[in-house]
Amino acid sequence: MVADGILLKVKGLTKKFPGVVALDGVDIEARAGEIHGICGENGAGKSTLIKMLTGAHTPDSGTIEFDGVTYTSLDPRRAMGVGIGCIYQELNLIPHLTVAENIFLGREMYLAESLNILDRGQMNAKAAELLADLGLAVSPTARLGTLGVGHQQMIEICRAVWSNAKLIIMDEPTSSLSEKEAHDLFRVMAQMKARGVAILFISHRLDEVRDNCDTVTVMRDGRSIESFAMKERSVADIIQLMVGRSIQNKYPKEPAPQGDVILSVRNLNRKGVLRDISFDLRAGEVLGFAGLVGAGRTETARAITGADPYDSGSIEVSGKPVKIRQPLDSINAGIAFLTENRKEQGLILIQSVAFNATIVKMHKYGKAGWLSLGRIKETARKVCAEMRLKTSGMDMLVGKLSGGNQQKVVIAKWLLSNAKIFIFDEPTRGIDVGAKVEVYKLINQLVANGAGVIIICSEMEEVMGMADRILVMHEGEITGEMTQQDATQEKIMYAASGFKQAS
Amino acid sequence: MSNDVLTNNGKLPAEKAVGKSAAMTEKLYQLGVLLSLLLLCAVMTALSPRFLTMDNLMNVASQAAVSAIVSIGMFLAILTAGIDLSVGSVLALSAMMMGIASDRWGLGPYASILVCLGSGALLGLVNGLLLTKLRLPHPFISTLGMQKMARGIALFVTAAAPISMFPDEIQYLGNNSIGQVPVSFILVAILYVGMYFFLTRTSTGRYIYAVGGNKEAARLSGIKVNSILNLVYTISGLTAALAGLVLAGRVNAVYPLAGLDYETDAIAAVIIGGASFFGGVGSIANTIIGVLLIAVLRNGLNLLNVDSAFQTFAIGAVIVVAVAVDVLRQNVMKSGR
Ligand SMILES: Nc1ncnc2c1ncn2[C@@H]1O[C@H](COP(=O)(O)OP(=O)(O)OP(=O)(O)O)[C@@H](O)[C@H]1O
Ligand SMILES: [Mg+2]
Repeated sequence: MVADGILLKVKGLTKKFPGVVALDGVDIEARAGEIHGICGENGAGKSTLIKMLTGAHTPDSGTIEFDGVTYTSLDPRRAMGVGIGCIYQELNLIPHLTVAENIFLGREMYLAESLNILDRGQMNAKAAELLADLGLAVSPTARLGTLGVGHQQMIEICRAVWSNAKLIIMDEPTSSLSEKEAHDLFRVMAQMKARGVAILFISHRLDEVRDNCDTVTVMRDGRSIESFAMKERSVADIIQLMVGRSIQNKYPKEPAPQGDVILSVRNLNRKGVLRDISFDLRAGEVLGFAGLVGAGRTETARAITGADPYDSGSIEVSGKPVKIRQPLDSINAGIAFLTENRKEQGLILIQSVAFNATIVKMHKYGKAGWLSLGRIKETARKVCAEMRLKTSGMDMLVGKLSGGNQQKVVIAKWLLSNAKIFIFDEPTRGIDVGAKVEVYKLINQLVANGAGVIIICSEMEEVMGMADRILVMHEGEITGEMTQQDATQEKIMYAASGFKQAS
Repeated sequence: MSNDVLTNNGKLPAEKAVGKSAAMTEKLYQLGVLLSLLLLCAVMTALSPRFLTMDNLMNVASQAAVSAIVSIGMFLAILTAGIDLSVGSVLALSAMMMGIASDRWGLGPYASILVCLGSGALLGLVNGLLLTKLRLPHPFISTLGMQKMARGIALFVTAAAPISMFPDEIQYLGNNSIGQVPVSFILVAILYVGMYFFLTRTSTGRYIYAVGGNKEAARLSGIKVNSILNLVYTISGLTAALAGLVLAGRVNAVYPLAGLDYETDAIAAVIIGGASFFGGVGSIANTIIGVLLIAVLRNGLNLLNVDSAFQTFAIGAVIVVAVAVDVLRQNVMKSGR
């Protein structure tokens, strides 16, 4: 073991990409048995730092001292071998395999190792144990692809727990978890900490950092600004260090005058998924959908926007019935749907920022079918400047942006779609405190201009802070409705657990 | 957007910041392919005095013309992360249909040409529908089926006999020159320039890239993915038929085994030209360089009297190398995430 229990000591780590200095002399120390938070704006370099530690990238200079050995670079095998485990910001699992197979992938248990015969029974049993530890009601033999994003993320966590790593790195592990799942995670993190594991924890949810981290390092523009013990500082201090000044109002809600009903959904059904979903959305209104992961909120949005089919029900936009069979129909009806899963459903990672931002109805950037590339770039540049996208230019491939900046491109794309109804599914996932406020202001601006907005968010505080009215779902049904004034965490939780509201 | 809460430290950095990594690797790759072509030409010139003669170069070019046209469709198919294995057979069947229209049905030359192009487009559309309507898992399957079916019909319709002696109009594209320049070159130039602008300057063209890059994201962005795929395979059938027309003109005959193995050369050309098998990446301008590279390679090996068995081997090796380079490039791009 190393002096003072210091397990990891990063010194002067630097990484340049063409046009960007992603890391600029980062220092960081983590002790065994501590949870170490890393905070910073989108593009501050957090994920890049992690990729140096897991060996996904090679640093240009600087050293990584781990468990008493100093490295100038690591590769993924070596990193795993010495005990560095990681949960990536984006999922890295195989949907066709079972839950247990995914957990043990690459570290399988054998009946007879030399004969390469797997011990499925034991793996399934051990997986069941790990799942139970995390309070997860998932069968080890279920196919991973049939689980929701939240559950899949939990499987990644099981994987890391199983690997017996000395250092576990978590890059925004809670961004796709419900509050309950996040709680389970924190419980497990505490267990691992008690066993002497060091955890690096990255999150844009600063209250999570406050409640669970012992030490925090703040990064800005590729540098580590300061490290301190969490109990000596407040969330406000972290924000101050991250963005350079304080944010007074986390949810700058500005109610807009409400107009006519612009979206009316009646008795929407989809077998096994949605039951009798009915609601109205008015111009100028922000309607929040609350509920647990898997309650059917995303599925409702997908049915309304033609992403999935529905069995029965009717949809009216501004009083006119619309038939929606495919996404194009809903886009033409003026509905924009910002999906929760940007990498799979929102973006074309191998294309440029400009391309992705202007992809919806691209034909409108030209005459007689002839596109004006100048107009495309100019339009993209404008909206990206408004969103304060951090990029080296409109030609940059979206896949190379930081996670939060990718999310901004998705938002930009739908802002340019000329919609009057916006459905935002987890719009602030993975974006930093400052950018969140920007998104909320943008929502204010949309409703002020007469649009109607639906937000689906797992963070209860967020729905309560931004929505004029809240619908709560449970297992494919709407189980509660309340105005912003009436809403309390208890009421939402009550409805989200399936108890119908008496009113 | 107003901004009273935060300082403006998220502002857009200067647009023309240093290098653009992706664009740079692309450019380097293109340059590499172009240099390989020039190097190959230089080697051939040194090895064979006949290589750099007007006659021979014309010969290379007229062979390249047919392959270049076929490769357009192949490029589009690969751009959508698909493939069209039926191009050679579609070429043969469309040309046979033209022969039959002209020879047996007594249709005029232009009507016969229309029969040729119509057959190709129709066969291509069927490829597309097999993929989008019948939801066959991958165009590899549907177009492999089409490859065999079209070839079978082509052999069947004339009991495997060729048809020759066409009117001048049908021979025009494959056999005539304007001044020194063969008409087929001009056709290839027009097609490639046209396709370049179609792909970069029309929304439909951009949507082809979008579908190749991420089908689900494209669909949710309101792109009619199935229509795009149908269009791509229809174009591929059409270009194969057009290549059949040019070939028929050049040899003044159509025969059921025409275009055999053409899909191999086309795939090789497209991949060498830097298109990715994973879809969504590639430029039509580079495809023509790939086409020329393969044509020069074949011609050079012929001039040097290399055994045809070795020629086959060489083309295979080139494909493997090109795909390996593709995978390497993908890894370089991925490690950026
Ligand atoms: N492969 C790459 N090529 C070019 N630039 C890159 C690459 N990877 C990351 N970057 C850039 O490096 C900077 C840091 O990115 P990083 O992903 O580390 O940010 P982050 O702190 O994790 O942000 P977020 O909170 O949004 O996830 C960003 O400006 C990003 O665009
Ligand atoms: Mg990140």
